[in-house]
Amino acid sequence: MRATCWTGRNSVEVQDVPDPKILNRKDAIVRITSTAICGSDLHLYDGYIPTMKRGDVLGHEFMGEVVEVGPDVERLKVGDRVVVPFPIACGECNACANDLWSLCENTNPNARLAEKMFGFATAGIFGYSHITGGFAGGQAEYARVPFADVGPIKIENGFTDEQVLFLSDIFPTGYMGAEMCDIKPGDVIAVWGCGPVGQFAIASAFLLGAERVIGIDRFEYRLRMAREKSGAETLNYEEVDNVPDALKELTGGRGPDACIDAVGMEAHHPNRALHAYDRIKQATRLETDRGHVLRQAILSCRNGGVVSIMGAYGGFVDKFPIGAVMQRGLSIRSGQCHVHRYMRPLLERVEKGEIDPSFVVTHRLSLDDAPQGYETFKNKEDDCVKVVLKP
Amino acid sequence: MAAYEGNGRPAKDVVAQGLGWFSVALGAAQLAAPRTLARLIGVKDNDEHSAAMRAVGAREVATGVGILARPRPAGWLWGRVIGDAIDLALLAKADTKDRGRTTAAMAAVAGVTVPDVLESTRLTRSNDETSEVSVSKTITVRKPAQEVYGFWREFENFPRFMAHVESVSAMRQRSHWVAKAPGGTTVEWDAEIVDDQPGVAIRWRSLPEADVANWGTVRFVRAPGDRGTEVHVVLGYRPPAGKLGARLAKLFGEEPATQLADDLRRFKQVLETGEVVVSDGSPRGHELAQQVKQRPAQPISEEVAA
Repeated sequence: MRATCWTGRNSVEVQDVPDPKILNRKDAIVRITSTAICGSDLHLYDGYIPTMKRGDVLGHEFMGEVVEVGPDVERLKVGDRVVVPFPIACGECNACANDLWSLCENTNPNARLAEKMFGFATAGIFGYSHITGGFAGGQAEYARVPFADVGPIKIENGFTDEQVLFLSDIFPTGYMGAEMCDIKPGDVIAVWGCGPVGQFAIASAFLLGAERVIGIDRFEYRLRMAREKSGAETLNYEEVDNVPDALKELTGGRGPDACIDAVGMEAHHPNRALHAYDRIKQATRLETDRGHVLRQAILSCRNGGVVSIMGAYGGFVDKFPIGAVMQRGLSIRSGQCHVHRYMRPLLERVEKGEIDPSFVVTHRLSLDDAPQGYETFKNKEDDCVKVVLKP
Repeated sequence: MAAYEGNGRPAKDVVAQGLGWFSVALGAAQLAAPRTLARLIGVKDNDEHSAAMRAVGAREVATGVGILARPRPAGWLWGRVIGDAIDLALLAKADTKDRGRTTAAMAAVAGVTVPDVLESTRLTRSNDETSEVSVSKTITVRKPAQEVYGFWREFENFPRFMAHVESVSAMRQRSHWVAKAPGGTTVEWDAEIVDDQPGVAIRWRSLPEADVANWGTVRFVRAPGDRGTEVHVVLGYRPPAGKLGARLAKLFGEEPATQLADDLRRFKQVLETGEVVVSDGSPRGHELAQQVKQRPAQPISEEVAA
């Protein structure tokens, strides 16, 4: 089959690889009809996630049709149309039993690597390095899906792929980012990053009852999408001297009630010297993650508020303002999204017409054009927000 | 998964500690003031001596930190002995200004060599004293104790999660085990159950004519709340070639604590999900060697048994 393979820093190729097979009794094979490039795939593309190997099949946002099931699969049948959540979860361990699906204790065969890095292991993830299990991803014609009865959600109505595809990751991820803010009536939420996850965090904050949402980015076309599609106010951080001060001005001096980081480890800072400080430390591996957004979110948040981290971080960050966190009673909440928890309720919101997730799609390419998709998305060319690939 | 190895950290040895701090202090002085030190030991304070003094200082600091950081720093202490020899050689051929001072410095180095050698040999010997190896690991399985006990008690299940066990045939209190050994060989033994408390604990040991004498205890403790059962395992064996053999085996990736941790993770997977979970990168499932040498995460062409 054709599959998008990581071939080194800033390099992906669509190659011919073997078709996936059933390896465990609860596996299913899915013929992929739509798959997307995630912002977190760019961290792999840019070479910031360790334990990648040349030839790794990328992609953790995908959906399609079940074409084969293992002997112990009971719920799914050949022919079912499914969206597959990006974390792989067994449904049996203590983490799954507690609704913490991205922390499944059984689905990462490379758990020991993860323990060395993080203290404890996390769940397996499709196409996302070997520290999360070394599973082939879904930017391909077919994918093997372990624990097929636990993860995939059946789509049994007439929605287009693009309306339901993002239940696999970015819609639940943005939603969880907003949910962790414990939004109350009157709350003002600030969202750093108006990429796909940021767009869904903004939309979700409104779904959860936020009074106002302020989207922060440096690309006007992304800010425009946040304004036009979700009704957010926006702040171009390159046009203000100081983001925390600007947010104070926008919130009557109180600061946002909660701050969502939808950027992660490759944050930018408009001040070149400050940006260079973290960029150089990251390049020389003195830190793995650039902390501009995290620092701003902490310093901007009102006393006693919540900082919700949904952007991906991989290791260590420098100059973390722990004093502000402790002294001002902030709560930090974060995590890889527990997608399984949100798929059903969010599909219901789509069914009720509360949201149409396809609004983020700006580019539709064939699978063979995946390398071009990565370049366009990475360089924010052609007003790119979200790339969907069709195998 | 919580892991405990051995019986905790052994108490620090006073002599080793002292030698470690001595190394750090001397090294720091050599790095900070190489010329003053050069004058002190009666050699000319030229650039060449100053550079040599700094190099020796860096080595001293590294050795000292190594000794202080390790619980049983036999290797690092031998590093000191080698360092002493190098220092004596350097002093012997150094360009001296005050021969008397240099001779005194050599005497000082020779003096400290004595405790270095004594302590190194003592620690090395005590490391080898017990030729038994024992490891312990703990994992929580989300199943009732009776079920977890029942699965363990069926020794025939062992090859499903213990990578090195090839086969077990069990008859009431006795069982016959075949296991892989380093170098593609196998070892066999008969084992007997010494203690069997259903749902609580099992204790077993090999019979006298075993290829490798070994024993084990597993305890099943109800985890708090609805968290299932804590499985506490202690395995012991007498390596065929003593401690040296065990260390050699370690070099080839046969580290017993690591193996036990991997085995228990598979044990949990089999009990909770029914089988060992595999990926394209790790087609044999959880296993350290495979994690180090991953194949790319793309589908496997040849048939790979799960």
